[in-house]
Amino acid sequence: MDMGKSLENAVDMHVNIAGVEWKNPVTTASGTFGSGAEFSEFVDLNRLGAVTTKGVANIPWAGNHTPRIAETYGGMMNAIGLQNPGMDLFCERDIPFLRQFDTKIIVNVCGKSEEDYCEVVERLSGEDVDMLEINISCPNVKEGGIAFGQNPKAAENITKAVKRYAKQPVIMKLSPNVTSIPEMAKAVEAGGADAVSLINTLTGMKIDIHRRRFVLANKTGGVSGPAIHPIAVRMVYEAAHAVKLPVIGMGGIASAEDAIEMILAGADAVSVGTANFHNPAVTAEIVEGIESYMKTYGFARVADMVGIV
Amino acid sequence: MADRKKEKVNILLQECLADDIFSMWIETGAAALARPGQFISIYTHDAGKLLPRPISICETEREKKALRVVYRVTGRNTGTEQFSKMKAGDALDIIGPLGNGFPLERGEGKRVCLMGGGIGVPPILELAKQIRCSEKQIVVGYRDGNTFLKEEFDRNGKLYISTEDGSVGTKGNVLDAVRENDLEADIIYACGPTPMLRAVKEFAEKRHIECYISLEERMACGIGACLGCVCQSTETDSHSNVKNKRICKDGPVFLSTEVEI
Repeated sequence: MDMGKSLENAVDMHVNIAGVEWKNPVTTASGTFGSGAEFSEFVDLNRLGAVTTKGVANIPWAGNHTPRIAETYGGMMNAIGLQNPGMDLFCERDIPFLRQFDTKIIVNVCGKSEEDYCEVVERLSGEDVDMLEINISCPNVKEGGIAFGQNPKAAENITKAVKRYAKQPVIMKLSPNVTSIPEMAKAVEAGGADAVSLINTLTGMKIDIHRRRFVLANKTGGVSGPAIHPIAVRMVYEAAHAVKLPVIGMGGIASAEDAIEMILAGADAVSVGTANFHNPAVTAEIVEGIESYMKTYGFARVADMVGIV
Repeated sequence: MADRKKEKVNILLQECLADDIFSMWIETGAAALARPGQFISIYTHDAGKLLPRPISICETEREKKALRVVYRVTGRNTGTEQFSKMKAGDALDIIGPLGNGFPLERGEGKRVCLMGGGIGVPPILELAKQIRCSEKQIVVGYRDGNTFLKEEFDRNGKLYISTEDGSVGTKGNVLDAVRENDLEADIIYACGPTPMLRAVKEFAEKRHIECYISLEERMACGIGACLGCVCQSTETDSHSNVKNKRICKDGPVFLSTEVEI
């Protein structure tokens, strides 16, 4: 065996996100992966840097009426409306399930008011999870969610509020449905966020021309998938240049190439969402693809690629 | 255990059965695992269409590893139109079998009535082939004389047909055929459009007949993670913790009294 060669090719896939060491830079985008149980039949969760769960609220939410899903060219729209079982069942069932795997647990938190968010964050502060992602960017729920994500002052305030209760690092998840991403990123940084993640879905609409009706019961929904990838890359680039915080980039990542593009734009880690629906094993394939890219181009560490364009 | 995966399969046979209705046999290990009422997710080759098409399983031949789907082409430039243009020897990506399927054992020794309407007719065929019961009544409803799978059903039970325009069998829907023929059943299994299932559910519940209905909804993941395809349940569901059940994972077949449609 040629030791020199193997050393030369050794790549370190670890990334450090706000003090938490992930084994690789790939996680799942909230809402596309449940709490991992269903996908664990198709992909070894031990292969992932982290699993980001579907949003959890203080009490169970029933979500929106159906249809909740529509396909769009190169992507899809959803208006699930943050259906979730509430934090009690989540803590009892989903956290122990995920703990069986050697991966970090990021819990996405949603709420309708500052008190709701804080209640969940306080509860999770005593649970065995690694990071919290605060969803202030869901376009499908009228009250809460996006109400905090489109106004810099409101975003800063909700960040401050949850930080008072949080024991784990707090990732603020930003909406693309704003005039200025840098302004929003700076606002949550000022509020004390430990990291930012972006982008959530873009608000869209689809009309059935034969029935002359909205396709989604909610009329509007969040657009995701490869169609939005270039927008996400631009916004991740802007956010990474606006703040010193670690950035988790997402939006239409469907391949290792897409993930690497996001990292070069400034993402310290990436989330894979809609692509899971096309290929339930895609996350592990993306991890492998990033590793092979690093070998090909001689990057020793993921951090060496972050934001270098 | 991560032992399931998206599988590349070969098409064995593609046929057009009626206007916009196609039959496709594929070669897959899923044939040995599938139960009547389950479905497979089929992926297109079009990068613009990412989501799988959930299509119910019409028939299986275990030894030959052959699985049949009968599906409707839903319009121009759709995924189903692309499937319909593929030929024997072409490859497709699928995941399956998915969902729960019909509880066959509930029908044992009973007078059963199997009902299918429109593109809900195909999954009734494998059910008719496999169910062990004292009396097998099959009622299938079509829009018009453009019927399909009739001969297969004829070989597997006593067949009654309804058509909306009256061109074949009873004029009206499947329940009109049930009434016209004075059919009696201890248990009903049904698949079809929501208005039909709503009527079947009401029909069965009024008469205290055990009834299983197979629902459909737009899906994304097809495996129970995204919560796109829920239906309302009468009681709080133990998984969702709200009155919602996942059609892809907890269904598509539900006891009629479990769900509100």
